[in-house]
Amino acid sequence: MNSRFENICTFDLANATVRQLNQALHDLKSGTGETHWKILNCRGLHSVAVGLNVPIVVEVDGNVGYYCGGMNQHASIIVSGNAGVGVAENMMSGLMHIKGDASQAAGATAQGGMLIIDGNASARCGISMKGIDIIVKGSIGHMSAFMAQAGTLTVLGDAGESLGDSIYEARLYVRGSVASLGSDCIEKQVRDEHQAQIFEKLKAAGMAGEVDVCEFKRYGSARNLYHFHVDNASSY
Amino acid sequence: MCGIVGLFLKDKSLEPELGAMLSKMLGVMCDRGPDSAGFAIYGAGSSGMVKLTLRATATTDFAALAGQVETALGRKITHITRDTHSIFSVPAEHEADVRLTLARVAPEITVVGLGARMELYKEVGLPTAVARRFQLETMAGTHGIGHTRMATESAVTTNGAHPFSTGLDQCLVHNGSLSNHRGVRRVLEQEGLRLTTDNDSEVAAAYLTSRMHKGDTLGAALTHSLDDLDGFYTFVVGTETGFGVLRDPIACKPAVMAETGRYVAFGSEYRVLVDLPGIETAKIWEPEPAKVYFWDHAA
Repeated sequence: MNSRFENICTFDLANATVRQLNQALHDLKSGTGETHWKILNCRGLHSVAVGLNVPIVVEVDGNVGYYCGGMNQHASIIVSGNAGVGVAENMMSGLMHIKGDASQAAGATAQGGMLIIDGNASARCGISMKGIDIIVKGSIGHMSAFMAQAGTLTVLGDAGESLGDSIYEARLYVRGSVASLGSDCIEKQVRDEHQAQIFEKLKAAGMAGEVDVCEFKRYGSARNLYHFHVDNASSY
Repeated sequence: MCGIVGLFLKDKSLEPELGAMLSKMLGVMCDRGPDSAGFAIYGAGSSGMVKLTLRATATTDFAALAGQVETALGRKITHITRDTHSIFSVPAEHEADVRLTLARVAPEITVVGLGARMELYKEVGLPTAVARRFQLETMAGTHGIGHTRMATESAVTTNGAHPFSTGLDQCLVHNGSLSNHRGVRRVLEQEGLRLTTDNDSEVAAAYLTSRMHKGDTLGAALTHSLDDLDGFYTFVVGTETGFGVLRDPIACKPAVMAETGRYVAFGSEYRVLVDLPGIETAKIWEPEPAKVYFWDHAA
């Protein structure tokens, strides 16, 4: 920690390493009074604020590199700029809010918590997601939700090629166009429970009423590839 | 892995700083490619002259070699030596004679690039050290591209380092690996192109050269490569007045770009771009897969 003012701990990466930052954050115990952190001068550095395990708020100033907020549990991490590859990778719980764009594999393999991306997410958003709720206010790139297993991916814009390829479960809600669906991913009927779920997620993201839940289409698994069948050999 | 940097200046007042800016960017990419590095700079040219970038061992006496070329041509030429490379500026009509002379008196010399304005430097070693050896930070120009290499498809040699140049003022850097380069190479060789290494990236450079030779613009050549080149690639390409970027449709290899009223910049990672002037307010985006981007100075 570099300085502390009005209970905000400021950590400046211009004169400390990412390793020192993450160690300082890992050293926090449950019930810590240091609940609000500001991280300055990230300048595209990788692995900023990974592996957090306490319910603190971390404001990250500027653009970050790869894996920001990876493995997060309990913390709320807000990035004021863009995030590189693998933001919130394997997040377990808590919140990540990216105010700019996210690069590839946002929310990959994440098991819980919520990831909000104000801009666009590029390819493979939510790849192998296992329970996270992802909300993208812009559009997502190709191969998003590849092999998704659980959770929700809600997209206010469009989805790129091969959405939901080889999807197991997970609910994909897209408001705009879908360039194409991947193997075993189909459009499904939107019932009241789904609109209620979209509303619930948007509300949790502080976006209740911003968009009409009736505008979303739902995509999910046709469940034809769960078990090997020779007729499907070309689809695996 | 590999790292790519590129800078295309719109604001002439930045031109004296091109090498300094590119050198910093290249240094940041050391950890993506510590094996070797190289760069091409589009600097000043003079009418009717071409610049041959020659590479030899560090002990080569380039001044003596220039003397032998002058004797053969019967006229003075200028040369600037930087470490293992030397730029010979010769009248365009004598280029073939110069090559013949070099092949006769110093067959160990490699001509790594030819351009009205392009100079091309590459060596094995840590990118910061390579940039320092060639004094990149002192170079001026309108645009430049650089590469830091982590070798995958061929050996760690200077020949395997990027950029690759296969045509006048044309060069290419590549992050990725091509899967059909053998087949493309056969076609290009049948057309008469001579490739000098076993490297897949040189095939990509030669492919673009072939397309542009047939009349394609840089943009059209890049568009065709989407049909003909298979594999993983992020390409950054330079021509005398142009600067192009292309990622394959899967887009595995990273890329981020920034544009302001003063420049267009490319980096494999955002870290590359952080020291550029006005980056805080630049338009920053990730180039889309299978989309051709190119910029051209009005010739």
